[in-house]
Order: sequence, then C-alpha cells, then structure tokens
Amino acid sequence: MLKIVNLKAAINGKEILKGLNLEVKPGEVHAIMGPNGSGKSTLAAVLAGREIFEVTEGQIMFEGKDLTTLSPEDRAREGIFLGFQYPIEIPGVSMNNFMKTAVNEVRKYRGLTPLTAGEFLKMMREKKELVEIDSKLTNRSVNEGFSGGEKKKNEIFQMAMLEPKLAILDETDSGLDIDALRIVANGVNKLKSSENAVIVITHYQRLLDYIVPDFVHVLYNGQIVRSAGKELAYELEEKGYDWIKKEVDQLEAN
Amino acid sequence: MNQYKEELNPETNQDQLLQEMTQSDYKYGFVTDIESDTIEKGLSEETVRLISGKKNEPAWMLEFRLKAYRHWLTLPLPTWPHLTIPEIDYQDIIYYSAPKQKKSLSSLDEVDPELLDTFNKLGIPLDEQKLLTGVAVDAVMDSVSVKTTFKKNLADLGIIFCSFSEAVQEYPDLVKKYMGTVVPYRDNYYAALNSAVFSDGSFVYIPKGVRCPMELSTYFRINAANTGQFERTLIVADDNAYVSYLEGCTAPMRDENQLHAAIVEIIAMDHASVKYSTVQNWYPGDKEGKGGIYNFVTKRGMCKGVHSKISWTQVETGSAVTWKYPSCILRGDHSVGEFYSVAVTNNYQQADTGSKMIHIGKNTKSTIVSKGISAGRSQNSYRGLVRVARNADNARNFSQCDSLLLGDKCGAHTFPYLEVDNQSAIVEHEATTSKIGEDQIFYCNQRGISTEDAIGLIVNGYAKEVLNQLPMEFAVEAQKLLQISLEGSVG
Repeated sequence: MLKIVNLKAAINGKEILKGLNLEVKPGEVHAIMGPNGSGKSTLAAVLAGREIFEVTEGQIMFEGKDLTTLSPEDRAREGIFLGFQYPIEIPGVSMNNFMKTAVNEVRKYRGLTPLTAGEFLKMMREKKELVEIDSKLTNRSVNEGFSGGEKKKNEIFQMAMLEPKLAILDETDSGLDIDALRIVANGVNKLKSSENAVIVITHYQRLLDYIVPDFVHVLYNGQIVRSAGKELAYELEEKGYDWIKKEVDQLEAN
Repeated sequence: MNQYKEELNPETNQDQLLQEMTQSDYKYGFVTDIESDTIEKGLSEETVRLISGKKNEPAWMLEFRLKAYRHWLTLPLPTWPHLTIPEIDYQDIIYYSAPKQKKSLSSLDEVDPELLDTFNKLGIPLDEQKLLTGVAVDAVMDSVSVKTTFKKNLADLGIIFCSFSEAVQEYPDLVKKYMGTVVPYRDNYYAALNSAVFSDGSFVYIPKGVRCPMELSTYFRINAANTGQFERTLIVADDNAYVSYLEGCTAPMRDENQLHAAIVEIIAMDHASVKYSTVQNWYPGDKEGKGGIYNFVTKRGMCKGVHSKISWTQVETGSAVTWKYPSCILRGDHSVGEFYSVAVTNNYQQADTGSKMIHIGKNTKSTIVSKGISAGRSQNSYRGLVRVARNADNARNFSQCDSLLLGDKCGAHTFPYLEVDNQSAIVEHEATTSKIGEDQIFYCNQRGISTEDAIGLIVNGYAKEVLNQLPMEFAVEAQKLLQISLEGSVG
C-alpha cells in the first residue's frame, strides 16, 4: 500500500528526514516512536503533502502512485488521512458543512455521486455512534472552542466519515485523559479492517495497549533505526531511547 | 470552423483554457458593440441643460439640476475617507450615453437584440417568461433604462415600478414631493454632482397597505467607455406597505477608471417596511490595480412613519474604490434601521464603507453588522456613525464589525463614531479581527477540499450572518461571487 524508499526531506534547507524506509501493507498497524525532534511529525506532514517541507530525495509510492506528484487534497482523496497533533479551528464553518464538502469531494474524485442530504445525515449519525462522540459537537464550528479531548475525538470522527485507506495518527494520544484515550483507541480499532492500514505516531507505550501494533519502528535522527514487533514498545518504555541512540551513534562513528 | 481548428491544435486549446481560468475572476468584462447617443466630454451648465433637454424634462427638474450644479462648484473634494484616489478630471468624463433604440417600447420585440443579448449574458433575461419567477427587473445601461419587466402585473396592485425618467414624466407630483428629501443636493460632493447630471435609475411607489408580491430589482450596467454613470433611485413605501428591492451592477474591463456616483433615497411611512439589497460587482480593476470603477454612492433611508423599518444588505465585491454608507434616519417612533454588509477587497481595491444610524424618534432600534474581508494589497475600512438625538428616548443600537484578513499585505481599519445625547440610550459596539491561516487551508486540503473551496467555505461561514439576509435567489449567487473575488488570494 505504502512504500517509502530512501526519503529525504528538508524545511528551510535543513534536512529532517535523512533516508527513511518504510513499507506498510493493508491490514497492518505500524507504530512510530522516537525521541523529540527525530522527525516523526515531519514524516506525517510530508506524507500529507504539507508544502513547507521539501522532498529532496527518495520515493513515496501509495497504491502504485507517486505521492510526491499529488496535491494535499488529491492525497486525501486517494485515501490518506492525517489525524492532526493540533487540530485546527475554523470559526464560522459548521462541522456539518465541512464534512459534507469533504465527503462529497472525495466521492467525486472516486467517480461517485454526491450524497443526498438524507444519506449524509444518516452517515453522520452512524459514525458518531461508532466513535462515541457527543452529537452536539457536529452542530458547532470546526474544532472551535473544543476541549483538547474533543478535538482528538473529532479527528477520529472525521476519519470514520472519510473511510481512508491509510490513516496517520500524529500523537493522537497527547493531552488525552484515560477515558478519552480509550474512546479514541476504540474508534480506531472499530475502523480497522483487512483493507486499510494505520500508522500511529506516539511517544508513549500507553496508547499501544489499546491500539495494538503489528510493527514498532524507532525513528531517530531522520531514519528508522530499529523495527520489531510490539515488544519493542515495552522495551522502550522501560529503558528509554538512550541505548538506541548510543548504538546508532556508535555505528555511525565506525 | 473554430472548433475544427481547436481540435487540430491541442496547444491552442490549452492556452485558451488557461486564459479562461486566469480571467475567471471577472466574467462580466465584455463590451457590447452598440450604437450610442453620446454627448461630448465635459461638464458645464450647458451639459446639465443638454441632459435635461434630452430627457425632455419639465422646468422644475432642470431648475433642481442647475441649483445642484452651482452648489457642486462651491464644494471641496472630500478628503476624510481612508482612500487614495488619483485626481479625477471631471471635464474628461462623458455625462450622458444612451444605447440607441426606438423611442417608446411597447413590447420586447422592439428592444435591440444586442441589448437583450447583453443582459442575457449577464444572467438577466428580460423576457418575462424566462425571468426568475417573482422578480421584476428594471435594466439600466449607461444612462438610460432599457426595459422594465412585469410592469403591468404590478400596476394592477397600484405599484409603480418604472425608470426614473419615466416617473418624472408620468408621476411628477410624487417625484417632486419626495426627491431630495432624504439626500438633499447639498448633502455632499458626489450627491451634488449626481443631482446635477443624473441620467436614469428606478422609481418605486408602493401604495398604502400593499405588500409587493415580487422582488423588485434594478440591474445597472456601464458599457460605454469614458462614461460616468449617475443613477438615482427613489423608493417610497406608503403606510403598511412592504417591498424587497435588489440592485446588481457590472461593467466591462477597461484600463481607465470610470466614475459611478449614485443616489438612493428610501422613504418608509407608518408601519411600512423596505428591504434593500445590493450585490455590487463593478469591475474592480486588474491585478496590478489598473482600471476599475470608482463607486461613490450616497444611499439613505428615512423611517418617516411610526413602526417603520428600513433594512440595507450589501455584498460589495467589485469597484476599484468604494465610498458608501447606506444609512437610516429613524424619525418615526419605534422605527427600526438595519445594515448588513460584506465588503471584499482584493488586489489593489480600496473600500471605505459602513453605515449611519440617526436616532431621532423614541424607542428606535438599529443594528449594524459589517464583515470586511481583505486580501492582496487591498485596504478595507469600516466607518460608521451612531447618533442618538436629545429626544430619542430608549434608543438602542448594536454594532458589530468584523475584519478577516487573507495574507499580510492588506489592511483592515475600523472607524466607529458615537454621538449620544440621550441618557436612556443603549449603544453597543463589538469588533473582531481574524485571519485565514495557511494551517486552516491545509487542514481543509487534508480532508480532500481544494484551496479555492476551502476559502469559499471559510469566507461564506464568516459572512453567513449577512448572506442570510439576502433574498434566496441571490444568496447563492452572492456566495459564489465571494469565492470568485478571492480566487488566487491565498498560497
């Protein structure tokens, strides 16, 4: 589904990703962990097509297409969803209107007719139940005045509405209390299928108790320096990152 | 033939597409090639007499024009607006230009097909069958009214809806009684100029107790080059009458600036209600700020009777420079004045616009909601006055002015003036400034929404309160217009 080969990306001339490789297949859950400043959020932004990042080398193939040639909106329409670390407020634009535009744009791209008002409202209702978010949230403007937890739940709700092939959740667990964390994780689990995939970016093993990854990768200094099963997350929780940093730095010194 | 060529040469096709795309911001920029009756450039008493003569006006009307002209000569140019306007050479303007057509029109067949075609292209078919149901139109091109639709249906109810020139001939008593009572020719520089040289416009009279069953609308079109448009509209709603009126305006794309200085007067008697909506889309000039219309307009309504109401709604997207303050004089006790405005400026456009609410009667109420949107290198100012007179007990005003900025090269300014001479008045003013951020756009992009649509969503969300005031048929049009006006302004 997703194949990243030797990806290098920079912001204002400063290289952040330094030859990253990653392959994600349908049905898989990948967790990306790593110390602050290792490039985790940059990876998410580059995949979503944020323009301030420049891809200087390497390849990102998604479902056989070269992602780097697509606009951010076309990537979304192809089925890439980014759950934002800091969801953006858009005053004056109702969630209803926002979601309707988004869903219908994606449908148009896929050659489907727009949903009727009735169909759309039914879908909204179903998805709201699925991800257990407060019905009233969708009557408000996009993220405006939402609490931290509400914003994150709203991201998962939007993910449910857009039914992406690949969801990238950028520190969705940050700032969540334990109840909200469970709701968010439950939502993600319910949306999981053999056809889609999830990349979870997180600092803490805590989230991975709920969203169980098939692979855990450690991103350090712009590269994936270690990949293993979910047990790696426990090891990191226990020992921190220093031992990996040391190993890598030593390797490079040699 | 043309099509054949296009098929052979895909490159031409692409170029055309590209051109269409980049010019899509102003789709009304075409010129109609039509023979016109145009007078010489320049302004003098002679010009005023000539215009009056062409319209075959009675002596009192010429007298009014001449008084206005002589007064205008004594006036200095207003310099208080937050606008930069190159000096206008009033001798370099044509003050009268009329598309040539047969004298009196009894049916549509007699309207020049070129003219019909022009208004068709603008989406204003003058064929009653094809018109939006429930909308009667007066179409004004340059200095004259081309055609007024549904006149007969309206006449059955005693409603008068005709061109101003016709009203001068047919209903001189009404015109004489009301003209200049809300906006006297001495009012300001451009009002004096208009009163001297005005050419045409619409006249509306709704008799006692009549609720006008359809939207009345005037569509103004500037076509001829170097010509100024000076129209005058007068709307009178008698006791217990109601009317909703809409004006629209467009002009061709030309490199030189053109002057538009209009007057609108509204009078509402006891329990009468008038709703006046404007979708102003004069040519704004090109991306470098070349050309465009100078839109200097005086619009004012008088709530003369008790419990009367006048409501202004404006969507201002066009014009190189806009100078306009639709106002209400709340003279009748319990009268209500409203002003809802969305003003968009992009590229090098400048707007200094707002409202005046003058509370004179007791228990009068006014509302001002102004939404400015600035993009490019434009300057957008809100200027508003709320005055509560000494005897206006229990006057109430609520003003809200919001500014939305796109990019960092534009400016938004707010100039509220309050003059309160009565202790019992309650006057509230709220103001906010916000920005469309790149992160908001990216958030929308990431959900599959293009940048253009994202701006449309955000801007329309922001302006919703005002757009909701527009008659249904025009609200959709106005939404699209907002989006088009801001195309290419982010990212």
